[in-house]
Amino acid sequence: MRAYDIVIVGGGPAGLAAAVAAKKAGAGDILILERDREMGGILNQCIHNGFGLHTFQEELTGPEYAGRFLAMARQLGIPCEIDTMVLEIGSDKVVTAMNHKKGMFRIRAGAVILAMGCRERARGALQIPGYRPAGIFSAGTAQRLVNMEGYMPGREVVILGSGDIGLIMARRMTLEGAKVKVVAERLPYCGGLQRNVVQCLEDYGIPLKLCHTVVDIRGRERLEGVTLARVDESGRPIPGTEEDYACDTLLLSVGLIPENELSRSMGVEMDRITAGPVVNESLETNIPGVFACGNVLHVHDLVDYVSEEAARAGENAARFVRGLLPECEGAVSVVAGRGVRYCVPGRIDITRMAERLPVRFRVDRIYKEALLTVRCDGKLVLHKRKKMIKPGEMEEILLPREKCLAQSGLRSIVIAVEEG
Amino acid sequence: MMYDVCIIGAGVVGCAVARELSRYEVSACVIERCEDVCCGTSKANSAIIHAGYDAPAGSLMARLNVRGNERMEELSRELDFPFRRNGSLVVCLDAGEMPALQALYERGLANNVKGLRLLSGEEALLMEPHLQEGLAGALYAPTGGIICPFLLTIALAENAVVNGVEFRFNTKVNSIGRAGDHYLTETENGAVESRCVVNAAGVYADVFHNMVSEDKIHITPRKGEYCLLDRSEGTHVRHTIFMMPGRLGKGVLVSPTVHGNLIVGPTAADIGDKEGVNTTREGLEEVAARAALTVKDLPLAQVITSFAGLRAHEDGHAFIIGEPKDAEGFVDAAGIESPGLSSAPAIGEMVADIVRGRLHLHKKTDFRAQRTGILNPARLEMAERNELICREPAYGKIICRCEGVTEGEIVDAIRRPLGARSLDGIKRRTRAGMGRCQAGFCSPRVMEILSRELSLPVEEITKAGGASAIVTGRTKGGHVLESSRMGDNL
Ligand SMILES: Cc1cc2nc3c(=O)[nH]c(=O)nc-3n(C[C@H](O)[C@H](O)[C@H](O)COP(=O)(O)OP(=O)(O)OC[C@H]3O[C@@H](n4cnc5c(N)ncnc54)[C@H](O)[C@@H]3O)c2cc1C
Ligand SMILES: Cc1cc2nc3c(=O)[nH]c(=O)nc-3n(C[C@H](O)[C@H](O)[C@H](O)COP(=O)(O)OP(=O)(O)OC[C@H]3O[C@@H](n4cnc5c(N)ncnc54)[C@H](O)[C@@H]3O)c2cc1C
Repeated sequence: MRAYDIVIVGGGPAGLAAAVAAKKAGAGDILILERDREMGGILNQCIHNGFGLHTFQEELTGPEYAGRFLAMARQLGIPCEIDTMVLEIGSDKVVTAMNHKKGMFRIRAGAVILAMGCRERARGALQIPGYRPAGIFSAGTAQRLVNMEGYMPGREVVILGSGDIGLIMARRMTLEGAKVKVVAERLPYCGGLQRNVVQCLEDYGIPLKLCHTVVDIRGRERLEGVTLARVDESGRPIPGTEEDYACDTLLLSVGLIPENELSRSMGVEMDRITAGPVVNESLETNIPGVFACGNVLHVHDLVDYVSEEAARAGENAARFVRGLLPECEGAVSVVAGRGVRYCVPGRIDITRMAERLPVRFRVDRIYKEALLTVRCDGKLVLHKRKKMIKPGEMEEILLPREKCLAQSGLRSIVIAVEEG
Repeated sequence: MMYDVCIIGAGVVGCAVARELSRYEVSACVIERCEDVCCGTSKANSAIIHAGYDAPAGSLMARLNVRGNERMEELSRELDFPFRRNGSLVVCLDAGEMPALQALYERGLANNVKGLRLLSGEEALLMEPHLQEGLAGALYAPTGGIICPFLLTIALAENAVVNGVEFRFNTKVNSIGRAGDHYLTETENGAVESRCVVNAAGVYADVFHNMVSEDKIHITPRKGEYCLLDRSEGTHVRHTIFMMPGRLGKGVLVSPTVHGNLIVGPTAADIGDKEGVNTTREGLEEVAARAALTVKDLPLAQVITSFAGLRAHEDGHAFIIGEPKDAEGFVDAAGIESPGLSSAPAIGEMVADIVRGRLHLHKKTDFRAQRTGILNPARLEMAERNELICREPAYGKIICRCEGVTEGEIVDAIRRPLGARSLDGIKRRTRAGMGRCQAGFCSPRVMEILSRELSLPVEEITKAGGASAIVTGRTKGGHVLESSRMGDNL
């Protein structure tokens, strides 16, 4: 069986950045396996700009951003197998994959980096009642059809869910001559970035209806219309608030789900909230030598954060295969306190942690004039005031190692919104 | 041309009749308004092969159910479709209702259902740990089974075609009338003449029956709504769990499907609209609430899709099979509600036999009973699979990531007899698009393959025929994109 130091599953921005960083950190044989017909992951369909402001200090489109990392990978001589689907990973890190040239094959990996990205939540998961005609797409599928295949999913559009992809598609469909009638969001706040609300909806006069959902879908062959209704605090439609919209297309931008079927079946411990693996400070899962980064770990809103995180996973994987990553000793748990939905990483081995460890998290609703705190076994070690924090924007704190070391016998680190 | 037989409807019943008739020297034609077989009730049901204890003792329904159930194994081998006897449990929640469970058991015995056993609550819990505790008892039927209703119907139809039956799709029947010694079936694409007509039109069977007979029947569409759960939950229960109807009303069933998902439903609501296959908020909520009466910890967060089907409920709740007194040569297969799927093979035999008698048909000598389904490479050993990929690289290309369906399978689904012509046609034959992402990833790829194989522009590829096109046209730069992509591939 052919053996590699590191096998990376997924050739999106996470996989590419992990590969580049691992190579630079001294890993030998690296292989990236990608199931699509090109490298770059979801970025290939994100032809709008706004990528790379953090990483390259300039505004790039998605394919340009991916192109930069692909060029680095090529320069470092990292092989990529496209059209290759990973079917299984054993807990012994034997990877089974398949493509149409080699058939099914097995390779042995010293370390594995999980970078499979995510898929979109579909209509079924929302249980929207009504008929099941053509014309209902997840926003990412529509984005692929428009930007990569050159086809219009429809002409009169309603969008359910205010995730970033939905917002971006509202603008994209408008530019292509479609009429986007409304974006409806069940929650009292927008799911996507504020800049996308301004640049993709407001600039085009597209209304955003908060606290609204689709309660009926009409049309037997092709979609003919949907009914929106206002929802109460518990998310239930309020009778009497129904409004009909004629449309031939419904785009759903109602959340992303990390693609962790492979991780689950190899025995990786999962987090119920992120639907991604539980990782430690080194972005290593409960299986030593198996790392995770990017959208498979938790859904990111900016690719720059994906690249940064993935680079750390790559470096740690390289240290692991070179025997430089000390064995993990008892870990401190990082706990989501009041107002915080989840934190990544969920565990920290202080002896292995960096001077300043980025911890990322999301809050559970909008908070104004918020006080974010970090407490080590109750003791306040860090605080930060924010004018406004929202679930749609990922937060980050840099956890100082010396503060954690100072607390002897430290058991838990709690991140919370204490005021706001 | 004058056919011997014209069959209206390509559901499981029409296709079973077609296949049984194709054993004879006969010219037969199936007329279906949709673009494919299995587009009516046969595609939206519980997919259970009932053991046969439900129907009144001695009824035609009981006899055909038990006969259909018994034939299923042999048929699944002959026609290569998945079927599994997982056994079923009727759960009785209330000790006061045990006599009714006992009565069900005895009815089963009278109907000649094999292997029935009454279980105590504890015994049932040992078999199914996710049953609600405190149940009073259960009726265990080891002959209960699960099936793929699409693949059953498709297999019957493909085999009928190979044996000479003609299928006409996208052809709606408008009326039927007598013309001397034969029947004239008027369709939207012209008239069809035949000596016999088989009425297998599902919820519309009353309409056609009433056109030729004074002895009127009436069919009410009775809607059933379902939730289907991810394959990760497919072992939550291993048997099909029914609830004994009683004080708490009628239950819904919870069952694994033959493909490893979990199905929960159906509700039962009489509606006026024969096309009303929409789901409703109330219906889906009822499914969740009723399922929880028998099965605990149902992971309803893992629902991947919901759907509804219409039972062809005849006022007398009986299968109406045979010729009305005043319409010789017109053979009804009407009122085929549950257990219609289970009974379909036996209904096919019975109807074919009536037609044979009427037309004095003779058996063919060259009837081909065997059919081979679409090759599923995942069932091959690695070495065999690699040989296949080496011969046909399309089997190495996964198109549907959730269900692991390759391009090879999709192409096979298109090229075989009565091949798929739409995304739903591909989905029912291969499961591409049936998984957890519900075709998000694979639909652009499947559209591309359909377009190539059928030499149709992508704009004409539909979800399910008719006006269900997926895309409405090109983007402003669409043509440029396509030529640049072709450059990529060179
Ligand atoms: C539709 C969409 C639009 C977005 N728009 C923006 C935006 O406008 N601005 C912004 O900053 N960010 C945007 N993002 C976020 C950002 O681009 C993503 O966070 C980033 O692409 C995630 O990178 P990734 O590598 O984790 O995942 P992906 O880019 O999804 O890459 C994962 C790769 O893994 C492959 N893979 C998965 N499973 C397997 C397997 N079994 N075998 C082989 N390969 C496999 C996939 O094919 C894919 O190529 C968007 C995200 C999405 C989903
Ligand atoms: C909720 C529910 C659950 C069920 N569960 C089970 C179960 O678990 N087990 C079981 O054994 N049975 C079950 N059944 C019953 C079973 O599904 C049906 O008995 C069976 O599918 C009926 O098949 P059919 O061919 O008669 O009807 P259909 O599949 O409806 O076929 C009729 C066909 O006729 C066509 N047609 C109608 N009008 C015209 C026209 N004018 N011109 C041309 N074509 C026309 C339709 O398009 C359709 O394709 C269930 C039914 C329902 C609704």
